[in-house]
Amino acid sequence: MRFFPRGARSLILVIALAGVLTAGLTGCGSAGSPPGNSSTTAVGSEGLSGNLTVFAAASLKLPFTKLADEFEARNPGSSVVLSFAGSSDLATQITQGAPADVVATADTRNMAKLADASLLDGAPTNFATNVLTIAVPPGNPASIRSFNDLARPGTKVVVCASQVPCGAAADAVEQAVGTTLKPVSEESSVTDVLGKVTSGEADAGLVYVTDVKGAGDRVVGVPFAEAGSAVTTYPIASVATSRNKELASAFIALVTGAEGAKVLAEAGFGAPEVPSHG
Amino acid sequence: MSFRFSATVQSRGFEVSLALGPAETVAVLGANGAGKSTLLAVIAGLLRPDSGQADVDGKVLFDLGEAAAGGIWTAPHRRGTALLAQEPLLFPHLSALDNVAFGPRSAGLSRPASREAARHWLREVDAESLASRRPARLSGGQAQRIAIARSLAANPEILLLDEPMAALDVHAAPLLRRLLKRVLAGRRAIIVTHDVLDALMLADRIIVLDNGGIAEEGPTKEVLRKPRSPFAARLAGLNLLTGTLSGDGITSGDGLHLAGHLEDGGQAGDDGIAVFPPSAVSVFPTAAHGSPRNTLPVTITDLEPHGDQVRVRAGGLSADITPAASADLGLAPGMTVYFVIKATAVSIYPA
Amino acid sequence: MSSANRGYAGVPAWIYVVAALGGLLVLLPLGAMLARVNWGRFIPLITSESSLTALWLSLRTSAASTILCVVLGVPLALVLARGSFPGQRVLRSLVLLPLVLPPVVGGIALLYTFGRQGLLGRSLEFAGIQIAFSTTAVVLAQTFVALPFLVVSLEGALRTAGNRYEAVAATLGARPTTVLRRVTVPLVLPGLASGAVLSFARSLGEFGATLTFAGSLQGVTRTLPLEIYLQRETDADAAVALSLVLVLVAVIVVGLSRRPSRSTNLGAAP
Repeated sequence: MRFFPRGARSLILVIALAGVLTAGLTGCGSAGSPPGNSSTTAVGSEGLSGNLTVFAAASLKLPFTKLADEFEARNPGSSVVLSFAGSSDLATQITQGAPADVVATADTRNMAKLADASLLDGAPTNFATNVLTIAVPPGNPASIRSFNDLARPGTKVVVCASQVPCGAAADAVEQAVGTTLKPVSEESSVTDVLGKVTSGEADAGLVYVTDVKGAGDRVVGVPFAEAGSAVTTYPIASVATSRNKELASAFIALVTGAEGAKVLAEAGFGAPEVPSHG
Repeated sequence: MSFRFSATVQSRGFEVSLALGPAETVAVLGANGAGKSTLLAVIAGLLRPDSGQADVDGKVLFDLGEAAAGGIWTAPHRRGTALLAQEPLLFPHLSALDNVAFGPRSAGLSRPASREAARHWLREVDAESLASRRPARLSGGQAQRIAIARSLAANPEILLLDEPMAALDVHAAPLLRRLLKRVLAGRRAIIVTHDVLDALMLADRIIVLDNGGIAEEGPTKEVLRKPRSPFAARLAGLNLLTGTLSGDGITSGDGLHLAGHLEDGGQAGDDGIAVFPPSAVSVFPTAAHGSPRNTLPVTITDLEPHGDQVRVRAGGLSADITPAASADLGLAPGMTVYFVIKATAVSIYPA
Repeated sequence: MSSANRGYAGVPAWIYVVAALGGLLVLLPLGAMLARVNWGRFIPLITSESSLTALWLSLRTSAASTILCVVLGVPLALVLARGSFPGQRVLRSLVLLPLVLPPVVGGIALLYTFGRQGLLGRSLEFAGIQIAFSTTAVVLAQTFVALPFLVVSLEGALRTAGNRYEAVAATLGARPTTVLRRVTVPLVLPGLASGAVLSFARSLGEFGATLTFAGSLQGVTRTLPLEIYLQRETDADAAVALSLVLVLVAVIVVGLSRRPSRSTNLGAAP
């Protein structure tokens, strides 16, 4: 055949191309196994080395960033990668095989999901609590003083939808107070609630005390007595598939220890209700 | 004169003045880029000239001074200058009938009345049977007939035709030309063409454009018989030579002398023009042969078929000889030969 | 090689392999989602009150924003394709910006325009019009992201069609508005239709700008994509079922857009 050489060359090209693509796809697919080196080696008695991936609820961004720095300082050979998302996203990602070593959620329900699926290594440890507060724009244009003020006609209140933890907490508070809110929007995340308040679109929003603290002077918190009726508990655990067990338990120890308690308290978190050891 | 026009378009080097009588059809001829399409576009209002005036029956189409500011500019739809292009450009989403009814409808007629008018014009172009057809289902000739009906139905003050036969095949063109001759009778029209037959059959007068200006104009027969521009001569199928008149003929700039029949009492020493048909030219390999007069040494530039003859081109001149004679002489481009022209076939007149 | 009647295609064989990979990249995830549908609960899931409310809201707002896109986009496309004025190129680039902008950026921009504290929001609120947290906000967000689709496809159609028919229509005595109505629009109708369909589909899928600008409340601002996003938090089956509904609606809409070009030629009585 006259065209054979050309055809053969095309074939080689196709095979090469397919090879490259397959390699790429396999690369993507390999996300199921821990990334990079699984070589966790203890260096002396002072510090540990290796990579640690921590999946944490978005509300933990400030304290966990601080704690990760601290951890790396204590263990010079180690490197901590933090990934923040909504708790249900974290649970979904780990269920789908995301390479996490440690997971910390903003509710016990999503952690229970992981435990039920046998994806955790040992029982989770509760390490912090959070309560709701009312966030209002600076100057408090709608003069919100109490939870009941939120139910005033014409007040634009934004809350989380019941499907997400902060929304469930809001529902519990509503029930405890005996007031039904008529929100103008039920957001999917507490960040979106905060965003509506900081932009001045909403008169008030129900967020966590830690969110108000983290937002600085862009919002003002209006505490209310009934907040204690819905306490959100934050559990932490190491992931079953982790190949850095030693590093993972060291990080959990830091979070649940004295240093962790101090950093979390600074960020506005409360102490766990039932202190426990992991 | 009921239509007067003069306009300048500097960017295209266009500067033309012309006038049309109430029922006059003028053929505008010229090479590509001579300004024919510019002329129609300016009249139709699709192109704004830098300066100029035009009016038809007292209605001002435009009046733009040398200074660009201000002036009068009538929008295309108020001009009454229906444009028929090379391609029919029938609106593809409308039936033939509704295409023709477009003008009357735009003029404010009701739908039934405009369709009635459309039927009348379809009859005029023998296309009543095509009324319900979509343009996609019409042949080129049929579509152009509908387009003519559409232009006429708009009841234009001036009908502008831009090479209406150019896109048609050789069988459709004669039919359409006859149709145009019928409908253009007694109508004011400007027809841009490069076909001398269009000019002969349809126009009362010819205007030859060259380089954005008028090179020549006059009654059709006059221009074709006694062309003064190389373009008109080519149209008329004549060789043209310019020079200075002498007692018995004309002497060209490079010293060639042609004897011939001197018309219109030209004086010796005046600028003059000589024309003669290629059929009156014989080709000889040497100068010695034939009549001593009217022998021109030339270099062949091209040979091409011309009917059942061979046309021998040498610069601006040409001769028609039989294929057999061409073969006998062994003619080829680059050869030097002698054109010998019968004096009786040469017309000479003042430029 | 195999079918003798087919003309020379000029496509090298290996292109088909890469094309198949490209096709798979789009189709495989859809197939994977299909495989995850809990068919036993499918009907109850998609006919739940919140699902139907979200679907109905999505269809209504998308229809409204498509109409708005046509009303505003046709003149815009005409001006861009046919007009000539300084800054035309810049205007074209800016109008097409939402095509490449992350929708959330669009949401923020809209917030600072129509929000309570926004550029126009203050005046609007003074006039008693509140846009934030309303269905109007959803329509605005959808129009913002969908408008370029209509403008792009219509401008392309206008450029392809050229303006020779319009010139002829004008010399036949038609006023510019008549030319637009009876010649220009019918000529570019296929382009307009596909642009409108694309706008509708884009509106249907709008998420980021809506979430940022309009909020999320059942029956008011929670469109189907927002409902899917929310359901995902608690009920993955519901999210998958609703995603499938959205895919189906999109497929139907895009499928419909392939047809009109033929039917306009035959139908549409003059």
